Formats: sequence, structure tokens, C-alpha cells
Amino acid sequence: MKAPDRHTFLGRPVTPLTRRRLQNFRANKRGWWSLWIFAALFVITLFAEFVANDKPILVYYDGGFYSPIFTMHPETTFGGEFPTEADYRDPYVADLINDRGWMLWPLIPYDHQTVAWDLPEPAPSPPDAEHWLGTDDQARDVTARLIYGFRISVLFGFTLTIISAAIGVSAGAVQGYFGGWLDLLFQRFIEVWSGLPILFILIILASIVEPNFWWLLGVLLLFSWMGFVGVVRAEFLRARNFEYVRAARALGVSDRVIIFKHVLPNAMVATLTFMPFTLAGSVTALTSLDFLGIGLPPGSASLGELLAQGKANLQAPWLGLTGFFVIGAMLSLLIFIGEAVRDAFDPRKSIQ
Amino acid sequence: MTDSSTNEPLLAIEDLSVHFDGDGGEIVAVDHVNLRVEKGRTVALVGESGSGKSVTALSVMQLLPYPRARHPNGSIRFRGEELLGAGPRVLRRIRGDQVGMIFQEPMTSLNPLHTVRKQISETLLLHKGLSESAARSRCLELLELVRIQDPVRRLDSYPHQLSGGQRQRVMIAMALANDPDLLIADEPTTALDVTTQAQILRLLQDLQREMGMAVLLITHDLTIVEKISDELYVMKDGRIVEQGATASVFEAPREAYTKQLLSAEPPVKPEHDFTGRDEVLKAEHVRVWFPIRMGVLKRTVDHVKAADDIGLVVRPGETVGIVGESGSGKTTLALAILRLEKSRGRIVFNGREIHGLDGEDLKPIRRQMQVVFQDPYGSLSPRLSIQQIVEEGLVAHGIGNESEREERVIAALEEVGLDPASRYRYPHEFSGGQRQRVAIARAMIMQPRLVILDEPTSALDRSVQVQIVDLLLRLQAEHDLAYIFISHDLKLVRAMSDHLIVLRGGIVVEQGPSERLFKQPEAPYTKALISAAFALEVSDETAVRQ
Repeated sequence: MKAPDRHTFLGRPVTPLTRRRLQNFRANKRGWWSLWIFAALFVITLFAEFVANDKPILVYYDGGFYSPIFTMHPETTFGGEFPTEADYRDPYVADLINDRGWMLWPLIPYDHQTVAWDLPEPAPSPPDAEHWLGTDDQARDVTARLIYGFRISVLFGFTLTIISAAIGVSAGAVQGYFGGWLDLLFQRFIEVWSGLPILFILIILASIVEPNFWWLLGVLLLFSWMGFVGVVRAEFLRARNFEYVRAARALGVSDRVIIFKHVLPNAMVATLTFMPFTLAGSVTALTSLDFLGIGLPPGSASLGELLAQGKANLQAPWLGLTGFFVIGAMLSLLIFIGEAVRDAFDPRKSIQ
Repeated sequence: MTDSSTNEPLLAIEDLSVHFDGDGGEIVAVDHVNLRVEKGRTVALVGESGSGKSVTALSVMQLLPYPRARHPNGSIRFRGEELLGAGPRVLRRIRGDQVGMIFQEPMTSLNPLHTVRKQISETLLLHKGLSESAARSRCLELLELVRIQDPVRRLDSYPHQLSGGQRQRVMIAMALANDPDLLIADEPTTALDVTTQAQILRLLQDLQREMGMAVLLITHDLTIVEKISDELYVMKDGRIVEQGATASVFEAPREAYTKQLLSAEPPVKPEHDFTGRDEVLKAEHVRVWFPIRMGVLKRTVDHVKAADDIGLVVRPGETVGIVGESGSGKTTLALAILRLEKSRGRIVFNGREIHGLDGEDLKPIRRQMQVVFQDPYGSLSPRLSIQQIVEEGLVAHGIGNESEREERVIAALEEVGLDPASRYRYPHEFSGGQRQRVAIARAMIMQPRLVILDEPTSALDRSVQVQIVDLLLRLQAEHDLAYIFISHDLKLVRAMSDHLIVLRGGIVVEQGPSERLFKQPEAPYTKALISAAFALEVSDETAVRQ
């Protein structure tokens, strides 16, 4: 026997509750469009190597195809002299290739670390047809750095949010479900732990090791998971006395199944509502660390570093303004999406 | 009938309709209703849940969620003054001054942060412009009027310090504060215990006589209607189906629906002898004491004795009824037997001592001992389909594969009278009675020997209650089940049980074969309970108050 027509979303059957939430989410037009814009930007920057790179996407040379983004080809492949990797932006190499084939360049022919040696004036140079948003004080293309910087910010934000949600939800669930001494001790630990000064720990860390993506993630993670504990613990404390939880216990259902099947879905509402805002917070955290100079290693593309350059080069306002508008737009999109998610999970909100 | 143009009644509702904007279009909640309340009379508006009786009452006060609610037609006149679409000024004058209202739930209709005095005097200050001290003495007067014990002390009590009955008395005092001409009482006693219910109803009757008020009483309980109302309107699906003088409607109901309502009284269970059969469950000296801890070291200074030294025996095919008012320890006892609450004493199930077992050892016991809870809205997870809910026990015990489980779910749903095709649906698509059937199916699919029924019908309408009782009795006969039936509703207990235990404050007041207890109760408390439940009489106040 087959189930009668149920509602589906992306080909998967959904409960009527989920369907109502999707409708509520869509009803918030601003959030709905923000989600699409953000998703588009994220997907584009995810493939940043194909959008902004100092290597061509495809090279046709002498009857053969080469893809320099994936494989390293020495200059000698194209009839040059050096056995090192070909510098495709070098007019000499470009001429060699163009003589016997062609090159397909990305939209922006600069990587985030490519130094433009052919600037008509000293760096930072203002926006022009070649560099749409100008160059920074080391003659690197700002557009390219933005694309890479956006990607690393968002990836950092997602990773931090997801891992801290996983830890925070588990900790909150255990405390709320079992209660008693476990809860008491855990709560006191959190109080002490949240009193530690994150910034100082990061500064100390920066003087011992050179912080990279994973170091920063780890240190921020040590503190960011606590944000989820409160809401999840409260939901578990409330839900463990629900009659359907009691009924499940009377049926002999194990604690693990009860937690995952009956109680966790309640707590996930609060968690999911919280998430976009945590994501925005994580992005800001990385940006501010980069701005202060204790973030990602020097040279890596980051929005915070762009802001710091803007501050150091007030005569080149395109640096600061670009950084400001991009960060502002990104955080606004995230907040709008967060608002729509909040609407979607709001039980009191009926569809208008 | 009097001519309305010359002799306007106190309240005249004419051709009233109420529509709501819902998710799936417009919902007609009240459909062309006519109703009149004459001065000094008690008019009852009767119907099951969802019949539109509360909506009708709320539209008199214009308290509906406008603009989601609309009145496409009709008029409501209070003393000849039109209330539909009246401005806020007119409504403020009417509300709380000329028309008082009592709500159903005394737990939530008082503001927990204000004292009794502050809540009552609010309307006095607003409408009468009394000074603080005058308001205080009026409050005291009102509290005396509603016969609260120790009114002077109660003036400065907060709602949480009052019992349910006392809160309802405070609500009545608030409604009466400005000597209203009309009192709207929306299920004023539904949330109260039977003995308290009888007291509150008598109070309402006395007050009405003394103050010459008209009362519009909204209820689903026909016993109350028969007892205190002069006229009766029966409502079904937003329409008035029958109206008339209470006595004549009760004597000779015209409409089929009214007859059905009137006959929806549970039968009395015939007597049966169970002696000699083996015991499914035997509990001895069960105690659940909650410690009261004080001081820095959390020393236990005393205990709240939720259940104290209770013993009971259940045999196959037998129902042991446990009655008592709220706080008497009924549910605590059930949870102790289910091993969901820590307790002391001996509990023997199927000849095996289960007290002291926990975790995995309890699992085989859990299979044979099932429970149906009170609230059909709270006991089903809103996120699971009916199939998932009913098969949960099978999954937990690893019984059968997917298709076998589905077959058993279908069989269980058919057994409780639900369409098996509904197993893909979700709880919110079902009515209260249907949900309770799902909860029963969830218990029955495990093929238990003992089912604990914790107030399984108290959230349902009377006619649905009777259906559920019939279903439970049929299942009991078919499977030779043992039941522990917990309820505060003595009529249902009488329909269900063979043996009766009366609990009060965690202690057994009286126990014995059910019919003997109903015919010749010995303990004064049992007598008071029975007379309150069957005749709504306050028999012996000293037996009820402690």
C-alpha cells in the first residue's frame, strides 16, 4: 500500500508542520530573497579559482588542452626556458601560447595574491577598467581579494556555527535531560569558563604560534558553544515532562531514542532560530581579529585586513568603503535570513 | 413570546453570525443565532466543544480577535443598546460594569503578580472612581459575599496562594464588583473538583437570587444545566438546535441531538466476581514521599506524602478505579506503579517483584504494562505520524520487521475504531476523541496485561467519553485486560470499575467493591464526593474542608 499524496519539498516528503514553516519562510519576502542572493554569492565565491585567478581556466597550445588551475605546467611545456611553473600573466609566456593556441581567462585575471606590476601609478591605485575596485597598498586587485575574503569568512562562519551548535546542543541536551548534579556542575563550569577573556587568549596565542584558520576556529570554538547551551537546556527541561515523553518511557523506549526522536526536535526550533545570528556573529569575530592583526596569517585574503588597509590608507577611500559595504551587505543578508527563519519557526505566526 | 419593541429583554442576540479567517478559508463559528436573556433569569447555553458557545458569549463582550473575526450579520443589544460595532467608550462602560464575566480557567485568568485586593479593586477604581480605602472595604465586602474563608487575610494573598476553588471565588468577586445586571459564566466550574464545583454552583445560585442578576451560563455539563438554569439553548455546529424552558426540554426533548446529549450518560458496570483468579498486579505499602529540604546543607526536614501506604490488587478482566480530587495522589500512584517515579514498598507484577528493577531489567515488564494519559493533545508527539506513534513500542522492543509492524498498526487502529488509512496523518488532524483512540491503540499494540488509564476521558466531551468508555470495556472483555482507571469523574468510574479506591491527600479513605461504595459509602468524604457528583449537592462541608 502506498501513502496517499503527502506534501513534498525538494522531492522529499515533509510533515505538515515543516510545510507550514516553509510557507512562513517564503512569506517573508525579504528573507526569502536574501537567502537566494546569499546562496548565489556563496556558490560563486566557492568557485573563486574560476572567477578570479592569475592562471587561465583553459589553455590550448599546439593541439593540446591544458588546465593550469588543476595541474602545474612548467614554462618549458609552452616553449619557454624555465622548468618552473609558467607565469601566464608574463607577456613573454602569453605571446608564446598565443602564437600557437589561445588562453581562456577567468573574469578577473588576478588571484588574491597576484601583484599587478603594471600599475600606471603607485599602489593603492583607484578603480579603473582593469581593477574594478582598485588595488590595495601591495598592488593586489581588491575585487579578487574580496571574492576570496568573502569565501573564507563565510566558510569560517559556517564551520564555527555548525561545530559549536553540535557541541552546545549536546551539552545542553545532557544537562537538561538528566538534570541533577550533572546539570549543576556543568552550569557552574560554564559560568567560570565564560568569564575567560577570549581576546587576551588569542593575543597570547598569536605570540606563541602563527594563527591560521584552524587555530582560530579552535580557540573561538572553545567559547562559542556556550551560546546554545542555555536555550537547549531550557527546552529539554521543559520537554522531558511532556506527556508523550512519559508515554514513550512507559513503552520502554530508551533514553537515547527519546532524546533524539521526541525531545531534540523541540530544542532544534530554538537552535535553528539562533543559528543565522550566530553565523553573523562568527563572521564578525573573524573580521575583527583580522582587523586587529591577530587573525589569519599575513597575505591571506580577508575582509578584516581590507578594513585595516582602509584605515591605514585614508587617501584611498575605495579600500575602506569596499570593505564596509561588503561586510554590511553580507551581515544584512544573514540577519534578514535569520528573521525569516525566526518567522518560520514562530508557532504563533499564522500564514497571512 | 414578548414583543421586543415594547418589552426589550436585558440581552437580545438576533441573527448573529461570526466568521473567522482561517488557514483554509473562512470558518463559520456562529451561524444565525438568536438568544434572549430576561432580567433575573439564568439562561444556559449548552453544546459540545467547538459548537460556538464560547464565541457567542465573547461576541457579547466584543472580545473576539477582530479583525480576524467578523460579524457579517446580526445584532447584539444590551438594554436596547447595540453592542456590535460599538465604540471603545461604550464597550468600556459595559464591560466589567454592567456585564461581568467569569472564565473557565481560574489558574490563568488571574494575574499572578498582583494581590487579590489589587485585582478586584482595579475595576472599582476604573468604573466607580472609588478611593483606595473605599475600594479596600468594598473588596472585603465582595470577598465575604463570595464566602471565602478568612477574607481579611486573603485580601493580600497572591493567586498562587489560593486553591482552585478560592481563585474561582475571587474571579466571581471581580465579576460582581460593580453589581452587574448580567453575568456571563463561561464554564465556571469545569476546571474544579466535584465538591468544589458543587460549592461554586450553589454560590452562583445564591448570589443571583440576592442580587437579581441575569446569568448566561455556558457549559457542556447537563447536570449543571438541569440544576440551576431556567431556560436552555442547545447549540451544535454554530447553530441553536433547540431552546425552551429547562424543565420541559429535559422532560421532552424534541431534537435528536438533544436526546443524544441527554442520553449520553455512561451505564453502570454489572457486578462481577474476580476472587480466585491470579493477580496481575499486587502492590503493598506503596509510598511516594517527596522530601522537603531546608537550609544550607539541604537537610530533609519533612516530607510531602504524595502517596502513603497504598495497597491494591488487580486481576485479569478487572478494573480497579481510583478516585480522588486533584492533589490526592492518584497520578503519583500510577507513576509509581509504572516505575516512572521512585517509591518504596512492594510491587509485584505477574508474580515478579518489580520494585527495585530499573533500566534494561524493566523492559520486558514495560511491554505488558501500558498507560493511557489524560491529555490527548499532549500525549502524542506532534512531529510523528500516527503510524510512527503507534509502532513506537514495537520498535523499542525490536518486535517484527517493517511490514509486520505496519500490519499490526493497521490491526490496532481497526480495533480502536479508526480508519487504518489515517496512519499517515498527523495528530493535529484528529479530534480529541480520535487522538485518545490513537493513544489507546499505542497501548494495545503491545498486547499488555495491565493498562493504567490516567484520566483518559477528562479532556473530552460527554458523548465522546461514553464512546471511549464503551471501547475500553469492549477491549477489556476481548483481551481479558486488567485496568487501573484513575478519574475524578465518579459517573465514569461507576461505568468502568469493579473495585474502587477513594484517595485523599495520598491516603486511602475507603475501598471496596464499586457498587457497595456507591450505594453505601461509609466514610463522610466518600459520601460528600458521591452526592456532589451525582446531585451537585454540597452535602457535608466539614467533610470536604479540612
